[in-house]
Amino acid sequence: MLGRLSWDASPFYGVIPAIAASVVILAAIATIVLLTVTRRWRWLWSEWLTSLDHKKIGIMYVVLAEIMLARAFIEAALMRTQQALGAGAGDVGPVGAEHFAQLFSTHGTIMIFFVLMPFMTGLINFAMPLQIGARDMTFPWMNSIALMLTIGGAGLVMASLVIGKFSTGGWTGYPNFTGAAVNPGVGPDYWIWALTLGGAGSTLSGINIVATIWKERTTGLDHLMWMPLFCWTSLCTALLMIFAFPALTVATVMLWLDRTFGFHFFTQADGGNMMQYVNLFWMWGHPEVYILILPAFGVYSEVIGTFSSKKLFGYTSLVWATMAIAVLSFTVWLHHFFTMGASANVNAVFGIATMVIAVPTGVKVYDWLLTMRHGRLRFDVPMLYAVGFIVTFVVGGVTGVLMAIPPFDYVVHNSTFLVAHFHNMVIPGSLFGMMAGATFWFPKAFGFRLDETWGRRGFWFWISGFYLAFMPLYVLGLFGMSRRMATYLHPEWQPWLIAAWAGAGLVGCGLICQAIMLYVSIRDRERLRDITGDAWDGRTLEWLAPSPPPEWNFGVRPVVTGRDEFGERKLNDEAYPVPDRTAYRDIEIPANAATAPLIGIFAFLFAFAAIWWMWWLVWISAGAIVLLVLWRSMRFSLHRQIPAETLYQADMAHRRTILAHADGDIGSGAPMRHARGTEGYLARERREREDRA
Amino acid sequence: MPPRCTVAALAAIWLPGLAEAAGALSPNGPVAEAQLGILLTALGLMAIVVLPVWLLAAFVVLRYRSTAGQTYRPEEDFDLKTDLVIWAVPALIVIAIGTIVWTRTHQLDPYAQVAPGDSLRIQAVALDWKWLFIYPDLGIATVNELALPAGTNAEIALTSDTVINSLIVPGLAGQIMAMAGMRTELNVVAEAPALMWGRNTQYSGEGFADQEFRVPVTSLEDFAAWAETARRARPLDRAAYCLLATEEATSEPRRYSAPEDGLFKAIMMQYMDQDRGRLCSDD
Repeated sequence: MLGRLSWDASPFYGVIPAIAASVVILAAIATIVLLTVTRRWRWLWSEWLTSLDHKKIGIMYVVLAEIMLARAFIEAALMRTQQALGAGAGDVGPVGAEHFAQLFSTHGTIMIFFVLMPFMTGLINFAMPLQIGARDMTFPWMNSIALMLTIGGAGLVMASLVIGKFSTGGWTGYPNFTGAAVNPGVGPDYWIWALTLGGAGSTLSGINIVATIWKERTTGLDHLMWMPLFCWTSLCTALLMIFAFPALTVATVMLWLDRTFGFHFFTQADGGNMMQYVNLFWMWGHPEVYILILPAFGVYSEVIGTFSSKKLFGYTSLVWATMAIAVLSFTVWLHHFFTMGASANVNAVFGIATMVIAVPTGVKVYDWLLTMRHGRLRFDVPMLYAVGFIVTFVVGGVTGVLMAIPPFDYVVHNSTFLVAHFHNMVIPGSLFGMMAGATFWFPKAFGFRLDETWGRRGFWFWISGFYLAFMPLYVLGLFGMSRRMATYLHPEWQPWLIAAWAGAGLVGCGLICQAIMLYVSIRDRERLRDITGDAWDGRTLEWLAPSPPPEWNFGVRPVVTGRDEFGERKLNDEAYPVPDRTAYRDIEIPANAATAPLIGIFAFLFAFAAIWWMWWLVWISAGAIVLLVLWRSMRFSLHRQIPAETLYQADMAHRRTILAHADGDIGSGAPMRHARGTEGYLARERREREDRA
Repeated sequence: MPPRCTVAALAAIWLPGLAEAAGALSPNGPVAEAQLGILLTALGLMAIVVLPVWLLAAFVVLRYRSTAGQTYRPEEDFDLKTDLVIWAVPALIVIAIGTIVWTRTHQLDPYAQVAPGDSLRIQAVALDWKWLFIYPDLGIATVNELALPAGTNAEIALTSDTVINSLIVPGLAGQIMAMAGMRTELNVVAEAPALMWGRNTQYSGEGFADQEFRVPVTSLEDFAAWAETARRARPLDRAAYCLLATEEATSEPRRYSAPEDGLFKAIMMQYMDQDRGRLCSDD
């Protein structure tokens, strides 16, 4: 009945696992109690979980990412503490060898699949449809399913804290270490199914994003080169997701077949070959790097343009560079295993291919700097992240090119130099981009800005913590320290690891500042209110809509006549024209769907049962998913109608708010800088400058 | 990383006292020297792209902040000459480094002999969590001790009788992976007598952190004397190997005489035919 599940799966084999499990259980209980006491279950279900609104789905993705980030950081801090204290042989330090291996495995898995992936999918979901003037994604129901699958995968990683153990095979899970002969337990299966659910969700998201950009652009955006750059990077990322993720899903499912049914895809005997797993894994794994970084590049492009109050410099180059990176990212995966014994010809070809990617990336960095040149820079929090990114990211670029030189890679492969390199890419690159994007679009999502003071503190802690935590690892890698070592026999490494530990402490302070920022911002939301919908003097269509936008986004879908459409409108004094009643039509928007979260629940049960070999539950869950899909397919009323009059009244109300705000009647927040369509902000600024001169 | 920090970090690496710890940064052989040289050359070339980024970043951030009242050109979004330069310069640098990649990857191919003359053949077997080194020409074997005569090319064949491992001696050369059922190869030459260390870099389970081995580099005469002492140790027959392969981790060096003929190949071939090929019975 319960397959492999027995009392042995309880987490009381050690102090830290027991504490971790208790925290998970207590947090779950606290959430349930809180929802019950505040009578929020219905609200959670009908306003959020069953919603097919792309904005709400985007927000839920980001919430998931933030929750998982907290866990992944705690794990990082534990590992840093262990290594800071781990000089010596055997069992020195607070964390045992096996638990240390679980920590680095979950940390990597969570950060990639359940922090960065949902974070960037969430931002794309939220902002991209607004930027192209769409009402929703092309496949709203599939969008919700993708989210629910991702939550299911994250749920598995959380469940492994309480029931059984997670894998010790690292986030890459190479067999034969993860094979049944070496690791027969459920750990690798938890890892496999968490990735499989997350990966399936990402494939669906990728299809949805591409379809949306392809089909839902508003009038005028058939001119692709007028799209905001974030849409371009979303498109490239989504194409990568579609083409790369199947390789991962196939590899992990094959590994599961090996482990569960004695297949021999990746065993070292009977015709299997573990090198084939490594090959398949990185066929996904390298494009994945760009899946994580391209949306961040998009955010930086939007942020740098907006906060420089200037058009993007070299837009065309930026677009072509993005496309080039997307294509090239599929040609370099072999550099992850230069040390597996390939010939010099093969290694050299892939080394050079890898470096070629540095060219478009370098172009981007210069284009961003040239955008800032002759701009009028405002250093709000998103801009701080963007500048911090530029300065720091090039270090990672340099070390990346170094590692692309095969003979040098032989030296630092599997070392802490590698650890420092990829953290150098994903923290200042991807994660800073996500935090910049979250700060940038937060007022659009919730109608008030995030507190600036605590946001700045968070940024400075993060960036200084990053340097202190990872620069020593570059040095240690050159000394010869391997990654994933709980202890070490070289006491002279210890000072560097203590420095890295202090860096993790600073990052922790950064996270605390961000938590305080969230609290202060909610408390002071009236002070931070974004009344006009244009919190940053934005340049793209999302700033045209009210904050938060109505579920239909735009009463009348805007017509685009050029790049930086909204910025141009403000410049031409036509930002907020009087709505024309005759332009409004009745619209249909997708109705809520309970099927999507139900499919997510059954997918979780399916995976959980497959991990523990409860075959009856596997069949029931699979059957339930099929039935839910069929049931949904046979229904007719999947939409809700919204009459034209409602749209019109909403737009009129928004316009009245803007006018009142312009006259100083409401709002004590940011000074009204553009309203009534009579005085564009930039035009006025220009006049003021002339006056001063 | 701001340039100042780079300088500080580099200075710290070469501080006296740290030299012994410096692994790849204190090479004791032509391969490691060449690898360090690649590091420095490539860093120098990339400085051409990176230093301007830092300088330009500092410049625009200071000069064009909104309160500075500098030239403001909101419409400026393209300039052909600038565009060409920012594409061409990184491309040229990549061509330069790419040339280095092509030539150096071939020169430093781990499968290629490093020093002329007869090679000392060594067969390395990765076990849980130790390394077995067989010297077939000398009729000896060691555990966790890779003794090398200075100036002689050592041709190390690698395989694994457990999960994937990866062998590195940071002061001598880069690493190559060892995989069950497969043979990989690494050629190294140690220049001067020294006591060095090497390790497995690929996570292989609980004993991984301690999976280090000593690498005593000695003169030819001392090496011969060392081999002579090993010949007096107990023989590495089938039973001794099986005990070693299944035994718990040991980080202590051990020596054996008379390794079974063809042991390395037999270890590899186990995985070609798992039914008939097993070297050791399960009990």
